[in-house]
Amino acid sequence: MSKYLVNKFLFTVDRDPDLVERYRADPAGTVAWWEAERANQILNCVAGEASTWLAFTEAEREALATHDHVALFEMGAHPFLTLTLWIAMFERDHSEPLAMQLDYAAKLRHCALPYPDIST
Amino acid sequence: MAKLVAILATTHHPFFYKTSQLPPDEAAPFAAEWVRKVEAYRATLTAARPDVLVMVGSDHFHQLWLDNMPPFLVGKAPHYDGNYYNEEREFGLPRLVLKGHEELSGYILREALDREFDLAFSNELRVDHSITCPIITVRPQNDLPIVPIYTNIFAPPLPRPERFVKLGRTLRELVDAWPSDLRVAVVGTGHLSLELGGPRQFGPHGPDPELDAKAVEWIANGDIDGCLSEVTLDSLHAPGNATHGFMDFMLMMGLAGYHKADYADNLDLFHTMEAYFTWYPNGVGE
Repeated sequence: MSKYLVNKFLFTVDRDPDLVERYRADPAGTVAWWEAERANQILNCVAGEASTWLAFTEAEREALATHDHVALFEMGAHPFLTLTLWIAMFERDHSEPLAMQLDYAAKLRHCALPYPDIST
Repeated sequence: MAKLVAILATTHHPFFYKTSQLPPDEAAPFAAEWVRKVEAYRATLTAARPDVLVMVGSDHFHQLWLDNMPPFLVGKAPHYDGNYYNEEREFGLPRLVLKGHEELSGYILREALDREFDLAFSNELRVDHSITCPIITVRPQNDLPIVPIYTNIFAPPLPRPERFVKLGRTLRELVDAWPSDLRVAVVGTGHLSLELGGPRQFGPHGPDPELDAKAVEWIANGDIDGCLSEVTLDSLHAPGNATHGFMDFMLMMGLAGYHKADYADNLDLFHTMEAYFTWYPNGVGE
C-alpha cells in the first residue's frame, strides 16, 4: 500500500486547474504520466532532488485510472482529497444541487464503521 | 498587560459567503435565518472592541502537506494571503489579504516553546477557509491584525483531545500575561459531527445529531471534564469521518476555562450543525 502516494496524486491534481481537466478527460493517461514524471518529485525541492522509490500498487493505479472513488475509499485514501477532486471533475455533470455528492455517498453505502484507516 | 476581551468558538461553513451574497429570491429557504444568526454573532465580537485577533483553525491540505505535517503551527508574518483556487472553485470564496501581528506571534512562539509546546512556525502562510470564513462572518471589514494558529485535525496521527485543551489553557495564560496594552480576542473554528467523502455526507442533518446536542451543552456550560470524559480520538470516528474538527472547539474550551458561555446559539443545517459561542473573560463590554 502506498496511501501516501495516492494522496499525493489527488493533492497535486486538485490544486492545478489544467491537471483537473486532464484527469477528467484522460484518467489512465494522466495517471501513467503522473507516476512517471511527478510521483517522485518532492514538493518543496527542486527537480534534481527528487525521491527514487515511490510507485503505485497495481490496485491503486487501477483505481485512479478508472476514477473509482469507492476503491480509493476502501484503500484508505484521504476522503477529503478524493471528494474535493471529484466535485471539481463531476459536479458539472449533475443538474440538481448536491446531486453529485449524494450519488457519491450512495455508492459508498456498503462501507460500515469502522471506515478504512487513512493513516499514512 | 493585554486584555483578553472575547473568546469566540464557532463552526466554519465555506458555503456561508455564497449563500449570503444571493438575492432573497435565489437563496435557499434557510439563508435568511442563517444570515440573521451570523450577524447577531458578529455583534458579540464587535462589542468587545478588539485590537488584534488570534485565530485558531486548520489547514485543509492547502499549504501543509504530508511530507512535513506539524501538529500545531503559528503564523509569524506581516501579511497573510487568504483562500486557494480550489476554494474559489468549490465555494466561491474571494481572495483576500489579512494583516499579521508579528510581535504577538513571536511572543506566543517563544513562550509556548518554553512551556513545552513545540509549536512549528511559518513566515509565509497562505491561510485557508478555516481562517477566512470567520473573518467573513465576524469581522468582514478585515481591519485587524491576526495571529493564525493551525492545528492538525486532518492527517493522522493527530494530537489527542487533551492536548488541544492544554494548548488552549496555555494560550490563555500567554495572552493574559502578554506585556501589551492591546485588546485581544481569540476566534477559533471547528466542526461538530461531520462527514466528508463518506457514505453519510450531505444528509439532511449532521451525521450524529445526538453528539451535536451533547457537544453544544458541553461548550455552552464550559463542561471541559464532561467533554473529556467522553471524547477520545477513537470516539470521534463514529459520529462522522471529519468530526475530529471538534477538537478545535475543545482547544477553545481550554482557553475559556470552566465558564458558561456568555452567548450561545446554533442552527441545524443540511449536513452539519452550525454553532456560535462567545465568552467575555473580563465582563461584557469591558
